[in-house]
Amino acid sequence: MLLKIAWRNIWRSPVRSWIIIAALTAGMFAGIFSSTFMNGWMKQRLRDGVETETGHLQIFRNNYQNSRKLSLLLPPGEITKVSAHPMVQSATERIIVQGMAASAETARGIRILGVEPEMEKNVLNLHEKVREGSWFDSPYSKEAVIGEKLARQLKIDVRSRIILRFQDLDGTLTGGAFRVAGIFRTSNTAFDGTHVLVRRSDLAELTSIPSGKSHAIVVKLQNAEDAMHVAPQFEETLEDADAVPWKELSPELGYITELSNTYMYIFVVIILMALAFGIVNTMLMAVLERTREIGMLMSVGMARSRIFIMIVLETVMLCTTGGLLGIGAGLFTVWRLSSTGIDLSIWATGLTEMGFDPIVYPEWDAVLVLNIAGMVILSGILASLYPAWKALKLNPSEAVRVI
Amino acid sequence: MAIITIKDLQKTYNSSQVPVHALNGVDLTIDEGEFTAIVGPSGSGKTTLLNIIGGLDDPNDGQVIINDTEINHLSRAEKIDFRLHHIGFIFQAYNLIPVLTARENIEFILELHGIPKSKRRLRSNELLEAVGIPEKADIRPRQLSGGQQQRIAVARALASSPRFILADEPTANLDSASADNLLTIMEELNKKEKTTFIFSTHDARVVKKARRVVTLEDGKIKSDSKK
Ligand SMILES: Nc1ncnc2c1ncn2[C@@H]1O[C@H](COP(=O)(O)OP(=O)(O)O)[C@@H](O)[C@H]1O
Ligand SMILES: [Mg+2]
Repeated sequence: MLLKIAWRNIWRSPVRSWIIIAALTAGMFAGIFSSTFMNGWMKQRLRDGVETETGHLQIFRNNYQNSRKLSLLLPPGEITKVSAHPMVQSATERIIVQGMAASAETARGIRILGVEPEMEKNVLNLHEKVREGSWFDSPYSKEAVIGEKLARQLKIDVRSRIILRFQDLDGTLTGGAFRVAGIFRTSNTAFDGTHVLVRRSDLAELTSIPSGKSHAIVVKLQNAEDAMHVAPQFEETLEDADAVPWKELSPELGYITELSNTYMYIFVVIILMALAFGIVNTMLMAVLERTREIGMLMSVGMARSRIFIMIVLETVMLCTTGGLLGIGAGLFTVWRLSSTGIDLSIWATGLTEMGFDPIVYPEWDAVLVLNIAGMVILSGILASLYPAWKALKLNPSEAVRVI
Repeated sequence: MAIITIKDLQKTYNSSQVPVHALNGVDLTIDEGEFTAIVGPSGSGKTTLLNIIGGLDDPNDGQVIINDTEINHLSRAEKIDFRLHHIGFIFQAYNLIPVLTARENIEFILELHGIPKSKRRLRSNELLEAVGIPEKADIRPRQLSGGQQQRIAVARALASSPRFILADEPTANLDSASADNLLTIMEELNKKEKTTFIFSTHDARVVKKARRVVTLEDGKIKSDSKK
């Protein structure tokens, strides 16, 4: 009956209660919406990053990652061992050199990836991002596939010539002319401005890297989550090798999810704190208005603890109503938008610059929603403590006295 | 047999600049089954006396003993519990929980006692019948007349069969017909349920119904007459 009383008490001042409920609804809607939005956005960025740039994990020779020395090569045949691992779906080898790309107009510092075009397709999806030209078409000429941003900077087009300069294994400056076969555009403009892909055999020849040797093996696992525990297994089976999962290949990708969660919690806590003052105020008013009634309840034998619980319940129910409405509205909106996405193309130039897709598909996370719901209830309880304590301090004889 | 023994009760209010001696040595014994009116002009100390008997307020001196229990020596929580089990309260107004129906108001007390639902329903039916408005069972106080509200308050006070009922000017807000009616109901219940009633009033017609009349003046008992 305490629940019944508390619930009905809320509706004694419907306008006042609705104001609080509406404020909570709006606050929680904003919280849910922005967090699922962020979540979707970040996950998308994460997927993009892993699927087009890093793969699930990469294997290098010890120390290669920090020194980037050309001579730190993986011996031939390692890729067969890697591919034999049951959790590996596919793998491909790369030669990587730092260098310059020059057109007739200008030059840029870049990273040249010597890839196996067909193998690469099974591991990453960069080939799908080719917007102009194609992903390596003729094996008889030296071809390059470059990022759109770089093409723009160098003012070159498909089929243009591009000069790549770099050092060979002995440190001698070398290079060659390549024909641009294709131009790709990923959601990460920074990547597009700094990467040139050529055939591994072409690059090996120019750098005099012995055939079969490579700098990196890019691995796609059956399941991205396994990267963390598969990596050490490779380090054991392969000699002098580092196996680096995607989270470490691109640490900013790893932080992204944590960051968006933290952001969301801070956001919700701020909203709830602001609302809590309104709730405390409303409940104090409710207690004050009912001084006589509370005195009467004490007079007829209602224990203080029950009166306390009644006020707490009332507050919690008020908050939960608003919270659930807000969460419901938020999830509904997310559900409606999860297939169409939210198009941010107006601001997209800046966003793609940071590696984000201009269309965001909000994604909700059950743990997140449950935590928000829990936080709403908790703040309801906290906001009710002072008003409930005020109610307890009432002196029944004063409260019931007719003046 | 005495259920309430009051000895030399003193109460002074110090909240205003001049101390108010609301009770100046009241001695009184109430026996089981009494139907007693406390009368006296406004400000004579009736409310103060009833509140102290019910443990809503503490005296400055003197004792109130209810069945061997000195109520003013109990803790706040014990007092509430004591009231729940032994005392029914009826006030001049605002007796009922506005968000509960007439029946729920009665059953609420029974629930505080931990009485199961089926028994609560039996008892509330019985009491609604006794106060003559069973048809108002599912109506909230706001939609009841003042007289009907007080009848529900009487039913609520009786719900858990307390030893006695303290009613502070229960008819003050009622027209004379309703007042008469309420007193008749209280009288019947006093006989039927053997519940002791102590009510304050300054209404002469209500006084006539009492079997014992205690007159207060300036915080002292001026007269005490039994019929
Ligand atoms: N809380 C209080 N503070 C100060 N004086 C009070 C208080 N309550 C009652 N009094 C005074 O005590 C006296 C007795 O009051 P009360 O018991 O209410 O009388 P009655 O119920 O007979 O009208 C009155 O003079 C009243 O003004
Ligand atoms: Mg009075």
